[in-house]
Amino acid sequence: MKAYQKYFTTKLVWFLTTFVFAFLLNFILPRLMPGDPVAVITQRVTQGMTSQSGAQAVYQQYAEQFGTNKPIWEQFFKYVVNVAQGDLGVSFSQYPRPVADILGASIGWTIALQFPAIIVGWLIGNSLGALAAYLKGGFDKVLMPISIFVSNFPAFGMAVIMLVVFGVNLRWFPTSGGYGFDLIPSPTAEFVWSVIVHYQLPFWSIVLISIGGQAIGMRSMAIYELNADYVKYSRFMGIKDWKIIGYVFRNAMLPQITGLALSIGTMVGGALVAEIIFSYPGLGFTLLNGVVGQDYPLISAATLIITVMVLIANFSIEIIYGLIDPRVKAAQAD
Amino acid sequence: MNNTLRQIFRSGKFVTGFAIFVAILLGTLIYPLIITDAPLTIIGQGTFFPPGIYVSVYDSLGSTRYTLDLGEANFNRIASRLSEEDRIAIKEWLVAAGIPEADIDTADTQKLLTQWEENFDAKKSIPGMTNAKRNYYVRLDKSIDGLLSAEGAILAQANAETGALEQTGTVEQSDFVNVQQVANVRFLPLGTDNFGRDMLTELVAATRVSLIIGFVAGIIATLIGLTLGLLAGYIGGPVDDGIMFITNLFTVIPSFVLLILISFSIGQEQRGAFTVAVVIGFTSWVWTARAVRAQVISLRNRDHVNLSKLSGHSTVHIILTDILPYIASYVVMALILQISSGILAEAGLSILGLGPKTTDVPTLGLMMNWARIYQADIQGRWWAYLPVLVTIAMVTFSMNLMNTGLDQVFNPALRD
Repeated sequence: MKAYQKYFTTKLVWFLTTFVFAFLLNFILPRLMPGDPVAVITQRVTQGMTSQSGAQAVYQQYAEQFGTNKPIWEQFFKYVVNVAQGDLGVSFSQYPRPVADILGASIGWTIALQFPAIIVGWLIGNSLGALAAYLKGGFDKVLMPISIFVSNFPAFGMAVIMLVVFGVNLRWFPTSGGYGFDLIPSPTAEFVWSVIVHYQLPFWSIVLISIGGQAIGMRSMAIYELNADYVKYSRFMGIKDWKIIGYVFRNAMLPQITGLALSIGTMVGGALVAEIIFSYPGLGFTLLNGVVGQDYPLISAATLIITVMVLIANFSIEIIYGLIDPRVKAAQAD
Repeated sequence: MNNTLRQIFRSGKFVTGFAIFVAILLGTLIYPLIITDAPLTIIGQGTFFPPGIYVSVYDSLGSTRYTLDLGEANFNRIASRLSEEDRIAIKEWLVAAGIPEADIDTADTQKLLTQWEENFDAKKSIPGMTNAKRNYYVRLDKSIDGLLSAEGAILAQANAETGALEQTGTVEQSDFVNVQQVANVRFLPLGTDNFGRDMLTELVAATRVSLIIGFVAGIIATLIGLTLGLLAGYIGGPVDDGIMFITNLFTVIPSFVLLILISFSIGQEQRGAFTVAVVIGFTSWVWTARAVRAQVISLRNRDHVNLSKLSGHSTVHIILTDILPYIASYVVMALILQISSGILAEAGLSILGLGPKTTDVPTLGLMMNWARIYQADIQGRWWAYLPVLVTIAMVTFSMNLMNTGLDQVFNPALRD
C-alpha cells in the first residue's frame, strides 16, 4: 500500500500544480486583451447609456473591483482572496446577482447530466468495441463505419438531430429546459417526472457521441491484445474462451481508462454545447448567457469552475487507475 | 514512396474518405465559378424561404401564355390551398352538424368540398362553439367559394391621370407559362436562411472558409506539436522535462476553456476567421506533441541514428534526415485529425457566440449558430441546419476515414 500512497501523492501534487497553473491562466488571459480591460468592459456595459457621468461611475466601479489601478501582483492577490472566499464577483447581465449564486444554480444540473452520460457512453462504447473485435465479420463491418461517423459527428449536431426527431417530430420529449416552464422546483412527483422527461434528450445525445470514439479505441486495443502471445499461449493451455476474453478485456481496458482521463476535457466541452442546444440550465447554457450578455465575471468564473471540474474528474480517474492497474504498483515499488 | 502511395490508394477506407473530401473540395472551388453572387447578399425579404424554384410572378404575366386543359388542374389548385388544419376544421364542423364520421375523408378534397357545400350553413348554431370559431368558419366558407370559381383573374392597371383602375387583361385558369421563357427564375435548392440569403451559395462559401480555418489551425497545431515533440523526444533531459510539463498541463486543462477565454478576450471586432483559426491552432497542439515525442523516443536509439551521430552530423541534420522521414506518415495522420478537429472547434465556438465576426464571411459554425438563434430546428426549417450539419459531418467523416485507412496501411496490426 505504501507504493500506492506514493503514487497518490505524486498525482495529488501534479493535480495541485495544474490547478495553480489553470488558475493563473484564468487570471492572466483576460488581462492580456489589448487595451484597458475595464474600459472595454465598461464600454460593453454602458452601450446605449447616454449619461456621461453614469458611464464614468460604472468605469470607477469596475476599476475598483478589478483593481486595475494597482500593480499586477496585488490584483492577483486580491483575486485569490476573493475566489477563496467564494466571491466570484457580481454578474453584469443579471445584476446584482452574484456570479457564485448563478453558477451554484447551474452546476448541479451539469454534474447530474454529464457525469452519468459520459460514464454510460464509455461503458457502452467499450463493450461494443470489444464485441466488434471478438465477433469480427458482419457486426464489425456494420459497427465500425457507424462508430467512425458518429464519433466525428459534432456534439451539437447530434443534439440538434435528437431534438428534431424526438422533440419536434415525434413529440416524445420536451425540446428545451431542465423542467417544465410552468413548474417551480419542489419535491413533488410532477416536478420530478418533468425533470426526468427533460433529462432524456440531452443525456442520450451525449451518450451517443461518446460511444463512437470509445468503441473505435477499444476495438483497436482488443484486436491488439487478441493477437498477443499470452492469448495464444492460453489457447494452447486449453483455457476456456470466456476466461481468455476476461483477460483480454481487462488488459485492453486499462489504456481506455487513461484515454478517458485524457479526453474528458473534450467530452465535457462537447456536452456543454449539447446543453446549449437543449437550453438545459447547466454550465453550458450559463456560459452562453454570459457570452451573449458580454458578462465578463460570469464567463471567467464559469470557465474556472469547468476547469476545476475537469481536473477533479481527471484526478479521480487517475486514482482509480492506480488502484486497478497492477503495473502502477509494480513500477512504484521499484 | 511510390509504393507507399500505391498501398495507400489500395485501402478502401482511405479511397472512400479521399473521394468524399475531394468531392467537397471541388464543390467549393467550382461552384463559385458558376454562381458568382457574393455569398452574403440578402436576396429574400423575410426568413427561411423553403427550397424550390422561384418564378417571378410579374414576368410570368408578360410571358407567352399557353392554354393547357388539364383535368386535375382545378383539383390540384384547391387541394394545395386547403391546408391540413382547414380540412380537419371542416371535418369537425360536419361531424358536429350530424354527418356520420365514417363518411368524411379529409384526404378526398372533391368529396369533402361537396359535403361542405351541401351542408354548411352559417346560421346554424352548434352547441359549444365560440364566436371566434364561428367567424372562422364563415371566412373559410368564403375562401372555399373563391376556390371553386371557374373564372379567371382580371389584371388591371391604375390610370396615371384619373387613378381609376382599367382592365388590361385577364388570366384564365387554364393559362400556363413555360418557365424557360420567364425572364426571372431563381432556383434556390436549399431555400434561404434567416436573413434571406441563398443557403446553397452561403453554404459553399462557409465550407470553404471552414476548410481554410481547419487547415490553418491544423498546420499551426501540427508545426508546434511537431517541433515540441521532436525537441522533447530527441534531446531529452531537462528540455524533455520542461516540454512535457507544459504538454501535460495543457492536456488536462480543457482546450475549449482556453479557446473561450482567448476568443472572448480578443473581442468580437478583432475576431476574423484567420484569428480564430490561429487561436484554435495554438490551443490544440498537445496531442501531436505527445504522439511525436513517443515516436521519436522509440527511434532515438536505433542503429541508423547512432551511426549518424558517430559520423558527426548535426542535431538538426539528424532530426531532418534520420528521424523525420520515419514519423512522416504519423505526422500526416495527426495533421488530418487536427484539421477535422479544428473545423469542429470553430463550429463549437461559433455556437457559443464566440466565432468569427459575423459580417465578413460565413463559416459552418456561424450558420449553425444563426439557425439555432432563429430556432430553425424547432420551427422545422430543416434546410437551415441539416445541410450544414451534413457538410460538417461529411468533411470530418471523410478525414477520419482517410486517417483510419492510413493507420491500417502503416500499422499492419490493425489490418482487417
